[in-house]
Amino acid sequence: MMPASPATAKSNKPRVIAFAALLLAVCALPFLVSNYHTFQLTLVLVYAIALLGLNILTGYNGQISLGHGAFYAIGAYVAAILMDKFGVPYWLTVPVAGVVCLAAGFLFGLPALRLEGLYLALATFALGVSMPQLLKDRHLEYWTGGVQGIVIMKPDPPFGLPINQDQWLYYFTLAVMLVMFLLGWNLLRGRVGRSLIAIRDQPIAAEAMGVNNALYKSLAFGVSAMYTGVAGALGAIAVQFVAPDSFNIFLSITFLVGIVIGGLASIPGAIYGAIFIQFVPNIADQISKAAPWAIYGVFMIGFMYVMPVGVAGAIRMALARIRRKAGGIEQHSG
Amino acid sequence: MDAFLNQVFAGLATGGIYASVALALVMIYQATHLVNFAQGEIAMFSTYIAWTLIDAGMPYWPAFFLTVAIAFVLGVLIERIIVRPVEQAPVLSVVVVFIGLLVIFNSLAGWIYTYTIKVFPSPFPKEPVHLGGHFFSAHQIGAVGVTLVVLALLYAFFRFTPLGLAMRAAAQNPESSRLVGIRVGWMLALGWGLAAAIGAIAGMMVAPTVYLDPNMMAGILLYAFAAALLGGIDSPGGAVLGGFIVGVLENLLGAYVIGNELKLAFALVLIIGVLVIRPSGLFGKIHVTRV
Amino acid sequence: MAALLQVSNLHAAYGPTRVLHGIDFALEEGSITALLGANGAGKTTTLRALCSMVQTSGEIRFGGARIDGRATEDIVRLGIAHVPDGRGTFVNLSTEENLRLGAYVRKDKRAVEQDFERIYAYFPRLKERRHQQAGTLSGGEQQMLAVSRALMLRPRLLLLDEPSFGLAPLIVREIFDIMRAINQSEKVSILLVEQNAAMALDLADHAYLIETGRVVLSGSAHEIKQNDAVRRSYLGY
Repeated sequence: MMPASPATAKSNKPRVIAFAALLLAVCALPFLVSNYHTFQLTLVLVYAIALLGLNILTGYNGQISLGHGAFYAIGAYVAAILMDKFGVPYWLTVPVAGVVCLAAGFLFGLPALRLEGLYLALATFALGVSMPQLLKDRHLEYWTGGVQGIVIMKPDPPFGLPINQDQWLYYFTLAVMLVMFLLGWNLLRGRVGRSLIAIRDQPIAAEAMGVNNALYKSLAFGVSAMYTGVAGALGAIAVQFVAPDSFNIFLSITFLVGIVIGGLASIPGAIYGAIFIQFVPNIADQISKAAPWAIYGVFMIGFMYVMPVGVAGAIRMALARIRRKAGGIEQHSG
Repeated sequence: MDAFLNQVFAGLATGGIYASVALALVMIYQATHLVNFAQGEIAMFSTYIAWTLIDAGMPYWPAFFLTVAIAFVLGVLIERIIVRPVEQAPVLSVVVVFIGLLVIFNSLAGWIYTYTIKVFPSPFPKEPVHLGGHFFSAHQIGAVGVTLVVLALLYAFFRFTPLGLAMRAAAQNPESSRLVGIRVGWMLALGWGLAAAIGAIAGMMVAPTVYLDPNMMAGILLYAFAAALLGGIDSPGGAVLGGFIVGVLENLLGAYVIGNELKLAFALVLIIGVLVIRPSGLFGKIHVTRV
Repeated sequence: MAALLQVSNLHAAYGPTRVLHGIDFALEEGSITALLGANGAGKTTTLRALCSMVQTSGEIRFGGARIDGRATEDIVRLGIAHVPDGRGTFVNLSTEENLRLGAYVRKDKRAVEQDFERIYAYFPRLKERRHQQAGTLSGGEQQMLAVSRALMLRPRLLLLDEPSFGLAPLIVREIFDIMRAINQSEKVSILLVEQNAAMALDLADHAYLIETGRVVLSGSAHEIKQNDAVRRSYLGY
């Protein structure tokens, strides 16, 4: 690795400054907008975590899941049941939900090992469609609250901080999100990420080169479910309510829309996608109840034709073009 | 005994619906190796078209056949315009496009017709039919009958007509088909048209029982998937048999074992079970991937 | 008399890989012409190029009119029947269904039924197995079936890609004899691609030798057979 020349050192600094400025802006937001908008932004953060989870599995590892709403639901219900039936503090339910979903995802990933592309999509589609029914099952009613679901209380800010509940939830979620994104970034830019991508693109070659496909694929499922489960728990706390019909196949499809629009195999893509799936329905709802999904459908198909790399990919290509032009100018003048 | 027979027969009636949709899925899969996730929604939308015609005063059977024709054209157009550009694209892209279609048709129906359920008429008499000491719903008998007629016509079409032969050839071996002059692209479009037409018929047969609403076909699609996988995703005969088996099993299990609320979970277990234990189903071919 | 098939400066590529680098040859109506060469020389690619199955540039004229760039299905309708390497049998369909597909573009139904009888007269073994699944036929029978399917088109030009591949010499001779008979009695022109130069030169009137995507030698079959370089490299003596 060559030592960083003055040129690259210079190009790193603006990036760090930009990132710090962004972080500052993000932290300031709750004080600049209404409580309702803060709540919406909290959901953006929640969805970003869920989308990163799905992206790890589908974007980086190529395993198509049309059923991630199920893991979101499991995370949400774990948090709700722990808080409602066992009085567990809200902040503890998040890691517990993560662990439960890690196990659930890994277990689902094991039989899924034998399923390729379309067949895995089919199996996960079945999971997504049947989830609400499973949640309404009579035998689980005591825990799940059946069709009515479970209502949970909004947590108060700790240590008597001078902010309201919505603002505290925003920062709490933000903190979790930053931790999970850092974790994910670390995981994906190193050997693990490269192995996942190798398995996605050339599975036989990857195996031949010593990558344990089965282990990585099952772990990818588990980690992906963990992320989405954590998001589910955070989402339940923010919304203060879980009910079976909120976790139907359309939730799973929403997540798919998110990573397609945001950009597959991209970490910032999870954020762009989350913004899209949180705000587009809000705006489109005013036109008609059916409009959000019609828009989703058109965007999904359109993006596959026109922008298969998603918003993140488009931004990356645009930046690369700008940098090349800038680099060319430097060369001429230097 | 009466109740049991009724359950079995009800299972055959719904099984016929599953068989039809499963057949439509297999037809598209055979030609393209793709599973059409939007099959159910296209069928549901076609049923709404029939409802519109009947609501405007058209008598049932003319509306039925006109709907079938419209669904056929719709299927052809979807293949030519939306599916063709992504036919060679990676699996994820195609899945996304199909899900996109699913979502568009679902929301289109909701937007045009709202989400309140509608009554869809049955062409068969309301009075139960008395056969051999037992009572059967006339609609159920009629639905099974229609399903069998459709399946017989399809079989005859593929087996005995030149166009049917060309479609089979195009699905199995597109390159050789071109070498004998078959326009493979159009054969594919025809396949989609036929699949959409079959779906429309299935939708119109099931709507009187479950009432017409935009989410009518979601569960049925899942059962059709299970049926197609059980029979063998590249075996039309298997899909049909699978449909009837799934229909009867679902009804019997729902009535006697797991209760009606977990029926979809049954489909889930069946799908995963088949995919893990015997992915080629009862009659499908085992595929070997060469390195 | 203008040649039935005239190929000028034909280039062909599979994606980024260029395989043909400017092929020129002609085929007279009623003749049997052989394209010879080693594995990978570009013989199969040439036949595929004629049917628009690969990207091409250059000119291909059939009966005077240009066919390069036209769709495969349209080229078939002009009377060119291609028996691909590997035979391209519809393995899940019956023998008879395979033959019927050969006549797919024809409108003269009665003549098609007569052609069935003529084909069965040339290849009685196919008649015995008419209802059998084509994939279960032996290699030789599948080759007969592939050729017969092409003949069901009543083509002006028959393209044969490696008909001897994987077959016992006796079967190959049988098929080649029938090819000669068909060429003489029904005036079907034949373009034959073969690795087995000896058998090809026995059947053909003219021959072209292709090496790494270029024509390096051409002449009557008799001349080519006498050529020293050809004898040493391709005929083994």
